[in-house]
Amino acid sequence: MATFIDRRLDGKNKSAVNRQRFIRRFKGQIKKAVAEAMNGRSITDIDNGEKINIPARDLSEPVFGHGPGGRREAIHPGNKEFTAGDRVARPPGGGGAGGGGQASNSGEGEDDFVFELSRDEFLELFFEDLELPHLVRTQLAKTTEFKSVRAGFTSAGNPANIDVVRSMRGALARRMAMAAPYSRRLRKAEEELQRLLDTSPVDEMRVQELSEEVEHLRARVRAVPFIDTFDLRYVNRVKQPQPTTQAVMFCIMDVSGSMDRARKDLAKRFFTLLYLFLKRNYEKIEVVFIRHHTVAKEVDEQEFFYSRETGGTVVSSALQLSADIMRERYPVSSWNLYVAQASDGDNWHHDSPACRDLLMQRIMPYVRYYAYIEITPDRHQSLWEAYEDVKAQHRHFAMRQIDGPADIYPVFRDLFKRRVS
Amino acid sequence: MSLSRLIADSSEWTFPMLERYNEVIGQIASNDFGLDTYPNQIEIITAEQMMDAYSSVGMPLGYKHWSYGKQFVLTEKNYRRGQMGLAYEIVINSDPCIAYLMEENTAMMQALVIAHAAYGHNSFFKGNYLFRTWTSADAIIDYLLFARNYVAECEERHGVEAVEVFLDSCHALMNYGVDRYKHPAPLSLHEEKQRQHDREEYLQSQVNDLWRTIPAKPAETVIETERRYPAEPQENLLYFIEKNAPLLEPWQRELVRIVRKIAQYFYPQRQTQVMNEGWATFWHYTLMNRLYDEGYANDGFMMEFLQSHTSVVHQLSFDHPYYSGINPYALGFSMMSDIQRICQAPTNEDRYWFPDIAGQDWLKVLDFAMRNFKDESFIAQFLSPKLMRDLKLFAVLDDDTQDELEITAIHDEDGYRRLRLALADQYNLGSREPNIQVWNVAHRQDRSLTLRHTRYHRRPLHPETTDEVLKHLYRLWGFTVRLEAVDEDGRVSLVGECPANRERL
Repeated sequence: MATFIDRRLDGKNKSAVNRQRFIRRFKGQIKKAVAEAMNGRSITDIDNGEKINIPARDLSEPVFGHGPGGRREAIHPGNKEFTAGDRVARPPGGGGAGGGGQASNSGEGEDDFVFELSRDEFLELFFEDLELPHLVRTQLAKTTEFKSVRAGFTSAGNPANIDVVRSMRGALARRMAMAAPYSRRLRKAEEELQRLLDTSPVDEMRVQELSEEVEHLRARVRAVPFIDTFDLRYVNRVKQPQPTTQAVMFCIMDVSGSMDRARKDLAKRFFTLLYLFLKRNYEKIEVVFIRHHTVAKEVDEQEFFYSRETGGTVVSSALQLSADIMRERYPVSSWNLYVAQASDGDNWHHDSPACRDLLMQRIMPYVRYYAYIEITPDRHQSLWEAYEDVKAQHRHFAMRQIDGPADIYPVFRDLFKRRVS
Repeated sequence: MSLSRLIADSSEWTFPMLERYNEVIGQIASNDFGLDTYPNQIEIITAEQMMDAYSSVGMPLGYKHWSYGKQFVLTEKNYRRGQMGLAYEIVINSDPCIAYLMEENTAMMQALVIAHAAYGHNSFFKGNYLFRTWTSADAIIDYLLFARNYVAECEERHGVEAVEVFLDSCHALMNYGVDRYKHPAPLSLHEEKQRQHDREEYLQSQVNDLWRTIPAKPAETVIETERRYPAEPQENLLYFIEKNAPLLEPWQRELVRIVRKIAQYFYPQRQTQVMNEGWATFWHYTLMNRLYDEGYANDGFMMEFLQSHTSVVHQLSFDHPYYSGINPYALGFSMMSDIQRICQAPTNEDRYWFPDIAGQDWLKVLDFAMRNFKDESFIAQFLSPKLMRDLKLFAVLDDDTQDELEITAIHDEDGYRRLRLALADQYNLGSREPNIQVWNVAHRQDRSLTLRHTRYHRRPLHPETTDEVLKHLYRLWGFTVRLEAVDEDGRVSLVGECPANRERL
């Protein structure tokens, strides 16, 4: 009468396609929400998705329906004090008792439609049509790394890799196939034997003959081996060479007295974006935080953003330190190097040429991309001028000026926009 | 003896246990109560799969569309936040009848769901006249599969975007894609001619031969008034579009047809919510009690069951902060139980109100009610004064020409009939949804399509959505579409037009 089916192991993401379509359709609105959501995130707080608000009105599916007005009589339960003919004031908002029976379709009314994007969906939308400029994987390392990837099944392998389910399934099929002709004859013989025994007089000779055949066939069926080396299946793994996809990102920030809280915050947001973006392109990414005033120091994230320490400004100290760290810890052969520098551009005057030389000689030849943002509403100072020389000679050097939070996203997009060559 | 019958005393379910429950419930349902059901196919699924099933409005396989994705996102959000429990089951009107059970359910819940879905809903699907008329349970799965593949094929050929916007437009008119009455099969040409011939002969035979002697008048010049097309208003908008829209490609007509067919499949469900849920709830209640009485279930099972059952059939009163209208489970269950009561222990009042069924065999009466009614007629026929008193029903009249609301009827002798009619009307799809029909196609002029909305109790259309829907309609029709409203005095006014006519504005 009833069949029970266990569907729990079936694919579960039946609606994944529909979800994607939903996101694709409302890309415009979602993207806007994503950009807004970017503000106020910690640099390492990226393992979450993001809640997205879309005005519910935008994604309603209209149907013909009655609007307010006209004459309607609604039935409600739970009368306590009313008698026929009573008159009551209309409840505020027009809905309430008058609406009766017809709940709104979404149950959400005019509220925003809030839902959560997964981390991947979020970043996908956010970094859509951005790319890392000049991404050429030179010197794909002598130390090529391998990654073990599953590649079906083989009939030879080492015992640790036996796939039991596959093997047993094969064995079962083989047993059925090999025993089939005997089983069929056996069934016939048994039936005939039974028939002979039921009829009288019993034909002893024939019975004898059949019994022997049955016995013989049974033995043949039994002789089919339960499992054979032929049935064994091994999980096959092949090694694929992996290009080194690891990167290190240097965040250099000026913490001199002129960099106030608001400017640091801008710098932080920019770094966050860059970090997220790199994270999508590289499997492994390390971040080196370097802060400097007159001397540079490598610090952790907490200290980088929150410690209070001020002084004058010597940018070259930070560049020097970066160059040293690069040489010691991150050989170019296996690391992709990125540098992002944020400063208000207020450098000690005689230091700027030193910065330029340091960059030209010790940094630019090794890094994939160098982004410098100057957080200042004012006119540029000596550092900007020095850096312009660098820019003239190196295509993978970029510099932009940021004035307020609203600039960050456009500047970022501008720095990394896909260039059609 | 009774101990040995006990099926389980654990709250963890196992497959053998479910099979045993199903077997026992099935036997009781068919032997003791004569429920006639399709064979059952009971599928165990996870919560995640339940959300999938939810978002495709209960169709086991739907075509791909963003609106289902939206539904999924919404369901997932509510579920994650704990604002909403998932339904314990979903049941599909098909043959075999597919019921989904969630794996998180306890053993008792699984038994309850089997009784509710696999015997309650199942027998309703098989017996109720609307389902018998409008759905073919054995073909629906195949049709859905066809629809899914066809839509996918169209997407491949004409682009996802094109198919998607077209489906949007169809969905906007989905509720107007159903036939409400069975039309007789169209006559063949031969039959038509034969009938015409017969009619002519008959009319001729009625004519007195004397009339022939009267001299004929000179033929008057007949003023050609342009006839409307369609000659009669058409209520099935999607059907009309499928057959008559001038510019649609064949694949688009097929998509209209798919949406229409699916709408028609769900049409009975929209009209029998109270009955269907009431019937299923009544039967799970009856079957579970029988399980207990016969020793298949123990006290703990029963306590858990009652707890869950009472929360399902609980009706909040109108002034409760979470009140959201009448609970169809509560109303349906009370009415079914009430019919049983009227049959078994009628009072004088019942004898006066229900002379036909008071004291009759309750199984037969319930079966009759299940087979031959929909929510509207079921309530109009069977809502008893006692139940109105129990639920303390009252009617509120909201008239926009009055400043205040008026309580027009309560649960007393004067109010019973009015209450009952008003409640029945509340479940009447015909008055719940605006009555909009195809009125005319200017097929000799600009091919514009005119719809007419016949107002019911002066209720206007929702102004915002109406314009949106007209845009969708315009996309389907391809030429100007107009919507007119007819009020109760027969005056016609233009409500909307797409694309908007600049001269008129």
